[in-house]
Amino acid sequence: MNPANYLILSGLLFAIGTVGVLTRRNAIVVFMCVELMLNACNLALVTFSRMNGNLEGQVIAFFVMVVAAAEVVIGLAIILTIFRTRRSASVDDVNLLKY
Amino acid sequence: MTPGLATTVLAAGAPEHGGAVHYTAASGVFELSWLLIVLPLAGAAVLLLGGKRTDRFGHWVGTLAAAASFVVGLVIFIALVGRDSSDRAVSSHLFAWMPVNSFQVDVGLLVDQLSGVFVLLITGVGTLIHVYSIGYMAHDPGRRRFFAYMNLFLASMLLLVLGNNFLVLYAGWELVGLSSYLLIKFWEYRPAAATAANKAFYMNRVGDVGLALAIMFMFATVGSTNYEDVFGAAAGDMIGYGTITAVALLLLLGACGKSGQFPLQAWLPDAMEGPTPISALIHAATMVTAGVYLIARCAPIFNETQAARTVVLIIGAVTLLIGCVIGCAYDDIKKVLAYSTVSQIGYMFLAVGLGPAGYALGIAHLLAHGFFKAGLFLGSGSVIHAMNDEQDMRRYGGLRRLMPVTWVTFGLGYLAIIGLPPFSGFFTKDKIIETAFAKGGTSGYIYGIVALLGAGITAFYMTRLFVMTFHGRPRWSTEGADAKHPHESPLSMTVPMILLAVGSVAAGGLFIVGGTLSDWLAPVVGEHGEAHHTLSPAVVTALTLVVSVGGFAGAFLRYQLRPVAAVAPADSEVSLLTVAARRDLYANTFNEVAFMRPGQYLTRFLVWFDSVVIDGVVRGTAAGIGGLSGRLRRAQTGYVRTYALSMLGGTILVVGALLLVRAG
Repeated sequence: MNPANYLILSGLLFAIGTVGVLTRRNAIVVFMCVELMLNACNLALVTFSRMNGNLEGQVIAFFVMVVAAAEVVIGLAIILTIFRTRRSASVDDVNLLKY
Repeated sequence: MTPGLATTVLAAGAPEHGGAVHYTAASGVFELSWLLIVLPLAGAAVLLLGGKRTDRFGHWVGTLAAAASFVVGLVIFIALVGRDSSDRAVSSHLFAWMPVNSFQVDVGLLVDQLSGVFVLLITGVGTLIHVYSIGYMAHDPGRRRFFAYMNLFLASMLLLVLGNNFLVLYAGWELVGLSSYLLIKFWEYRPAAATAANKAFYMNRVGDVGLALAIMFMFATVGSTNYEDVFGAAAGDMIGYGTITAVALLLLLGACGKSGQFPLQAWLPDAMEGPTPISALIHAATMVTAGVYLIARCAPIFNETQAARTVVLIIGAVTLLIGCVIGCAYDDIKKVLAYSTVSQIGYMFLAVGLGPAGYALGIAHLLAHGFFKAGLFLGSGSVIHAMNDEQDMRRYGGLRRLMPVTWVTFGLGYLAIIGLPPFSGFFTKDKIIETAFAKGGTSGYIYGIVALLGAGITAFYMTRLFVMTFHGRPRWSTEGADAKHPHESPLSMTVPMILLAVGSVAAGGLFIVGGTLSDWLAPVVGEHGEAHHTLSPAVVTALTLVVSVGGFAGAFLRYQLRPVAAVAPADSEVSLLTVAARRDLYANTFNEVAFMRPGQYLTRFLVWFDSVVIDGVVRGTAAGIGGLSGRLRRAQTGYVRTYALSMLGGTILVVGALLLVRAG
């Protein structure tokens, strides 16, 4: 299969993630959109690795996964705490640090 | 004094012969000249650092320190007399003060004919005043502090006269200003005393600026501040006429400030707010003599510039008249004496302004004045003490029988100051008047007549003071709320008065007859040369006597034969001149209008400028940044999605920029 297709898929997934982050209010959904963007990046990295015939892209993809796993742990903990105190997971409600 | 030293000895050059000035290195007893300064300084340090622990014996420590300094001074002076007359300028190097590459300032002391006599005057009269103060300040709780300051005063004045370069002199000069400030405001809880001290300090600062500038000029021109180098350069015509005149005039400004000469005379009478022994110390032994010393010391500079000498003469003549005239109008015994000092220092300035012919006469009058004025002040202190701190002469009268010792000693000082033969003032003042006439030309006559007139007025106001205090009907009562019980002062006060009275009788003849002092001082200030008299000395003497006796008779008729009112007549009943004199000839008013008010306006303007313009810039900047920040922080909406959008926008911008760079 033409590797460019993977890249197009990666770009589409990234765009969907971006739009999701920008438009959705639910923190969990925003969080999942962030994960989607990360995985779109991973897909692009693996594709590049394949296209260039070396392993660097794959190595970085593993790094991204590790970082994403750590981020999930912390991010979910934060969202849970917010939900417990505010009884809502809307990102718009979390606005204490405004002017 | 060792023979080996003779090789290093060069003639202590008579400057007007153009010779270089050389000082012999100190040896023997002269190496101890630092003790002169250190002894009173140590006394002051012990008393000030010892605090209340030294209260009980503090006055003895102070007096002992002054007396010890006098003994050292006497030993050194005798050794000085024993030296060859060309070899009497002995300089001792103490330590390097500011060793900065090409700028070398050493602290060294110079004992020569001039500083020698000053040391004796300062420590001798100073010691007598110390002894007097033991009695005078006996009931004052701050007596220890008083003695500490007096010791400091002596030490500063000794540093001033003994320094062998101008910077050491300047250090002493400033210390004298400081100690006079501390002493004038000794009773600082009196607002008048605190104000007077400030006034003295400020007016001295004006003079100090002149001295400081003169020293800077010297350093810029000669590259050194040592007497040796500066005077050598001045005598060797190495300094331009303009520069040397400027230096001389700046030195004169300094001298006017310290000596209370016109136009800086106004602080001296106010300084009477200090305790009476301080007035004696300031007026006789220290402080005001510093100006005359400075001019006599800088004779090689003043000898080179006729213009500056003329200014000295004019200042001296003006001041001596001002002092006399105002002295006639005051009823406060100490104020009259203060103005008489102003006037007598005017005589000294007139004398030193006459050039080589007059330096020695000025110094002679200074020394004689040191005795009789100290005696007069101590006598007035004795009277004030006896009259429960009453200083108004109109409340005195008839004290002769009650205070015989004070009467006699004060009387001798009084006869000395009005210049009756054979008392000291006669010899010294008569010589000054004679030399003023001998200056020649119209100006000689003017200075001579002014000095003559001054002698007459001096006789008038001093007779007025004497008669109003000791003679006539008593104008005080022993009963009522204002009861006075005059009594003779204790021995500690009368003995110094007696000794000073002896000095006032003897000093003048000793210095003048046979030209003792002028011969002695010749190596420092130059030979006086042959005077060509326009009026013969006998005529001048006769004139002086006639004028003095006239002044005396005027006052005698007015204040002895007619009763004196116990309250001063109102301004409307006295002449315009008296009204003006009562207001110090408007000197204070002038200072107020010319300097104080504009100064106040200037400070007010500066305060306004500071608070409005400078602070305005600072506050405006702060307010501007604050306002801008208030607007900028609106960007913090609190919506996470807005932040995410801005991150996206930023990322797109960065990527776009990267692409642009790579593609372009």
